Amino acid sequence: MTNLSVDAIAQVEQPLPGAPNNWKRFFSFSTDHKVIGIQYLVTSFFFFLIGGIFAMIIRGELITPEADLLDRAVYNAMFTMHGTVMLFLWTFPSLVGLSNYLVPLMIGAKDMAFPRLNAAAFWMVPVFGVILMASFLVPGGPSQSGWWAYPPVSLQNPTGNLINGQVLWILAVAISGVSSIMGAVNFVTTIARMRAPGMTWFRMPVFVWTVFAAQIIQLFGLPALTAGAVMLLLDLTVGTSFFDPAKGGDPVLFQHFFWFYSHPAVYVIILPIFGIFSEIFPVYARKPLFGYKVVAISSLIITGLSGIVWVHHMFASGTPGWMRMVFMATTMLISVPTGIKVFAWVATIWGGKLRLNTPMLFALGGLVMFVFAGVTGIMLASVPFDIHVNNTYLSWGTFTM
Amino acid sequence: MVGTLTYSVLFQQAGKYDYSDGPDIEGNVTLEVVWTVIPFVLVIWIAGYSYQIYDQMSILGPMEHVHMGMATAAAAPLTESAAPISDQKSIEHIDVYARQWAWEFHYPQSAITSTELHLPNRQRIQLALHSEDVLHGFFVPAFRVKQDIIPGQAIEFEFTPIREGRYRLRDSQYSGTYFATTQTDVVVESPEDYQQWLATSATQPPVAAYNQAFDEYQQAHNPISTGWKIVEPASPPMVNYPSSSPSSPVSNP
Repeated sequence: MTNLSVDAIAQVEQPLPGAPNNWKRFFSFSTDHKVIGIQYLVTSFFFFLIGGIFAMIIRGELITPEADLLDRAVYNAMFTMHGTVMLFLWTFPSLVGLSNYLVPLMIGAKDMAFPRLNAAAFWMVPVFGVILMASFLVPGGPSQSGWWAYPPVSLQNPTGNLINGQVLWILAVAISGVSSIMGAVNFVTTIARMRAPGMTWFRMPVFVWTVFAAQIIQLFGLPALTAGAVMLLLDLTVGTSFFDPAKGGDPVLFQHFFWFYSHPAVYVIILPIFGIFSEIFPVYARKPLFGYKVVAISSLIITGLSGIVWVHHMFASGTPGWMRMVFMATTMLISVPTGIKVFAWVATIWGGKLRLNTPMLFALGGLVMFVFAGVTGIMLASVPFDIHVNNTYLSWGTFTM
Repeated sequence: MVGTLTYSVLFQQAGKYDYSDGPDIEGNVTLEVVWTVIPFVLVIWIAGYSYQIYDQMSILGPMEHVHMGMATAAAAPLTESAAPISDQKSIEHIDVYARQWAWEFHYPQSAITSTELHLPNRQRIQLALHSEDVLHGFFVPAFRVKQDIIPGQAIEFEFTPIREGRYRLRDSQYSGTYFATTQTDVVVESPEDYQQWLATSATQPPVAAYNQAFDEYQQAHNPISTGWKIVEPASPPMVNYPSSSPSSPVSNP
């Protein structure tokens, strides 16, 4: 902890060392991690606005119970696209962008381990974004099977066209998966191998710890989702029968593939946010983070547990009783490392000299919201309760958080 | 926790020109152990308690209960399990067919069909859930029961209704365009009324029941229509007893 005063830092003009002051580099195949970080952030914010418009249209329809604004098919397309855009084109890329910008700076590396891979991973984002949006233009409209795309609904192809909304959707998700795997390889290698001399594991900033933990999840989880997406694509286009019950496939298998990644995915989202909390609270409370080591390690515990909780999304889909119980227990356990973090933040703030600037206000609001959302998470984990509220607005509320 | 935060925010703000650091506290091992162990114990307790409730809900074999109505869930089954339930041999077998987008119920014992699920009160109900196309979900909110229906296999599902009334059956697993219309009523009535209903229905010739999805599809009347091709709804089911309140608005007891 240095004693530099806040004003002294703010008054210094922040130069961009070595960077040509030229906006065109943001549209180039630049391999500079800071440029890529900004590219990610701006692109994802653009799609965030699009996803927001979809949400407003959904809300507009929901003003009255009757279908008086949208046709049922359009409504279903809207919530499918809203979910997909918000996840794959907003939360993931925006956090990856932030991590891209900060991680090399924080660990004292010159750049990411594989700069060209980094740029390639970014440029896949606008590509699959455009593919996804293009699905509005194909006959039959975009995918209407929800962002979860459970077969057989997602395998029904009413238009009979080979190029339809669902195919484009799956293609976009598969490309997004490949892009994120490339990003994950890059982050894990960078953090593990490129720390500056003297930067031992337990001297890393907590944000770097959380990015590390989140990207490990991407590494083990995403291949499952991407494989599931490819199998679904084959089912839909060349007529294999991995998931089609009419031809002897198993639709529940897809749910396993899907949730094996898509549950840990929420930790991919929340872990860097935890990292941001862990950086903001000490700064604006003028106190060191309470229990740094435990907070750092708890991220890795979350990573470990996140791999064994996915069936809690499938309590109602014909899972045997023992499986429900096992996954209920693991799901509840994951609240322990999360609780450690929350308590540590409260202890960090306690007794400090608080400065309620915008970042601090956002972080405090985020923390309180997270605590409430976390409580509903434990409620949902309890099987008897889940059987009632599964697939209802409560789980939606937990998720949206 | 929120209280602690609020206190800090209200009373521990830095003074206007105070740019000094706060107290240099790096952590406290005892405190950290305490706030790891307490949530851990709590979580184990909640898991154990949930397991118990789950046990009461479904592992009790033929005497298994499903809480009905809005009664307090935990108390009802315990006190009422002593009350005589019709003897176990008279289990009602009912076949449930879900399709895009209708529910149809077959009563094999009296060879009748219906689009409304009638159940005798206080009798063991054994449903065989079938889906003819995609995933559906059998969900009666008032019963607190839910089961996904997977096409290609019959799923056995058992429960015992304990309170007469009219409830709403919904589809809980997204099933495509007219998903929201896949709902109907569940009528729980006394065994006598139920037998009576079976007998009268058996004399009725099968008629095409009203089906909202089919009806809407035939006369698409939405203000903004894109003409996107969608999966065609199945034709209305031919049943002896069409649901009495086909377009009943959302009525949750």
